Amino acid sequence: MKYVLQRLAFYAVTAWAAITINFLIPRLMPGDPVEALMSRYQGQLDTSAIASLKALFGLDENKSLWAQYTDYWSHLLDGDLGLSFTFFPTPVGEVISQALPWTLALVGITTLISFLLGTGIGVYSGWRRGSWLDGLLPVTTFISSVPYFWLGLIAISVFAVKWPLFPFEGGYDNSLVPAFDWPFISSALYHGVLPGVTIVLSAIAGWILGMRNMMVTVSSEDYVMVAQAKGLSERRVMFAYAARNAVLPSISAFALSLGFIVSGTLLVEMVFNYPGIGFQLLQAVGAKDYPLMQGVFLVITLSVLAANLLADMAYAFLDPRTRKEA
Amino acid sequence: MSAEPILTIRGLNVDYGTGTSGVRALRDIDLTLHRGEVLGLAGESGSGKSTLAYAVTRLLSPPGVITGGDVHYHRPGGETLDILALSADELRAFRWQELSIVFQGAMNSLNPVHTVHSQLTDVLVAHRPGMRAAERTERAKELLNLVGISADRLAAYPHQLSGGMRQRVMIAMALALEPEIVIMDEPTTALDVVMQRQILRKLVELREQLSFSVVFITHDISLLIEFSDRIAIMYGGRIVEQAGAADIYRDPRHPYSEGLLHSFPALHGPRRELTGIPGSPPHLSAMPTGCAFHPRCGKAFEPCAGRIPVLTRPDAAQEREVACWLPAPPA
Repeated sequence: MKYVLQRLAFYAVTAWAAITINFLIPRLMPGDPVEALMSRYQGQLDTSAIASLKALFGLDENKSLWAQYTDYWSHLLDGDLGLSFTFFPTPVGEVISQALPWTLALVGITTLISFLLGTGIGVYSGWRRGSWLDGLLPVTTFISSVPYFWLGLIAISVFAVKWPLFPFEGGYDNSLVPAFDWPFISSALYHGVLPGVTIVLSAIAGWILGMRNMMVTVSSEDYVMVAQAKGLSERRVMFAYAARNAVLPSISAFALSLGFIVSGTLLVEMVFNYPGIGFQLLQAVGAKDYPLMQGVFLVITLSVLAANLLADMAYAFLDPRTRKEA
Repeated sequence: MSAEPILTIRGLNVDYGTGTSGVRALRDIDLTLHRGEVLGLAGESGSGKSTLAYAVTRLLSPPGVITGGDVHYHRPGGETLDILALSADELRAFRWQELSIVFQGAMNSLNPVHTVHSQLTDVLVAHRPGMRAAERTERAKELLNLVGISADRLAAYPHQLSGGMRQRVMIAMALALEPEIVIMDEPTTALDVVMQRQILRKLVELREQLSFSVVFITHDISLLIEFSDRIAIMYGGRIVEQAGAADIYRDPRHPYSEGLLHSFPALHGPRRELTGIPGSPPHLSAMPTGCAFHPRCGKAFEPCAGRIPVLTRPDAAQEREVACWLPAPPA
């Protein structure tokens, strides 16, 4: 319990630092959204229009950085992330909460699938070295070494253009109204196939390789030999003795990879025009949309921290040696 | 002592690797373990002691392969089991039930992520399918008491135990099914001398209580002389001498046995000078011709380099064998 509290305190401090940096970075970048709008209208805005835009965006008050910082915190604690410039006047919170489920569903599910599948294959190929599973390794490693956007584009050109089996962009059929019903869900699943399969293909090699190597290492440990000598069933030796120890590094890598679900999807969502959070971030950066950028970064930061915390907890749960006795 | 055999090994050969890159780690091993006896197996590192233990239980991991010979286990009822011919399921049933092993590495023999309780009881789950969970826990407590560890340590993880405790847990585990044979592969090597004594005393005590047969593997021959009934000395993958412990101590017939005896201080008896054995053990891939020991042997004479001596009885009256040309030069 003490361990959990210690970790929580550590992560609270880290979160504070991350949020502060998150506040500072956009303010250190040159230019502001009003300038961006002015250049978009090529100087055809008069001064009163500019003044009213500034008032609208909250850029008129000459507040000190400190005052802005305290305001930022009080808004943050209210759950108010400001209004998006790009989708003005939609609140940032709403933009993110519309995009986040897409990303979480697509990348969350594919990350889980590639972890489970890759680790499972790794367990068997490490336990029975020299079986046909070893032949899988060069193939998956080759695929994962292909840059993701290229893999995605190839998949689109083959399976969406040459043979139009799957849609080449979007998260669902635009003629449907988003709702929790079968036509919409099936459309979303259908649109998710190509991006999902390419993500799994590009990620799985890492899991297989990591797990296989650990299985090989752990298989030569004395306790695995002891388990064999004890006449335990092969399943028990393989899972409870070998795999149970070999999976530890993969578990922490998996928990960490959960944190990158939100941020790691930029390429996927660009290639497939997928309505997720990475796509919104891209738009926000293009439009100098500070509040949206800050909001997205905040979500990314918090999800990475949460994943780290999860990794710590999972490790402490799975490996008794990391638990500190008080 | 009854001379009823419980484990007979005949002509056992073990190679590491196959083809031209393979080396022979065990050559024509003939060895018999009798019911209720403690058989010591001594020799330098690389002489094949542990390989013999693993081969007998078919635990050799690749590239080790058994290339010839027989290993037979004799059940108390008189039934004989050909261990090398057992199917995977039969082998699983045989292991630990009839023959258990205490391994060399006290530190790494326990699975770090499972409790002592789970590792003591999973043997029972595998071999005693009818046993209930409460009975298994009861048995695990009993086993810990047997080796002098309090039952509250059942919930402990291996890293919470000292080296000596871990090794005692391993001994308790080896006795869980009351096997007929326990192979101890350097069970005390990683421990300090005080702990060694304690564990050995415990072993002697347990053996009197439970009367199992022991194959005790160590390089510490003075330990064997005190602890075992009979000793087999290995060199370069062969048994070079076997005899009763007292006979070996009083009158070693093989120069190598003599060298080993003079390499360790005796635990009792008059002081004597430690001389050691010059040179180092041969590499398995470059075995000397003839007797493998002849390049290091002070008493080598002309047949030693050319012809391999086989285990024979120097005196027909005595129950001892030696593989050396000295007592009986070839004609």
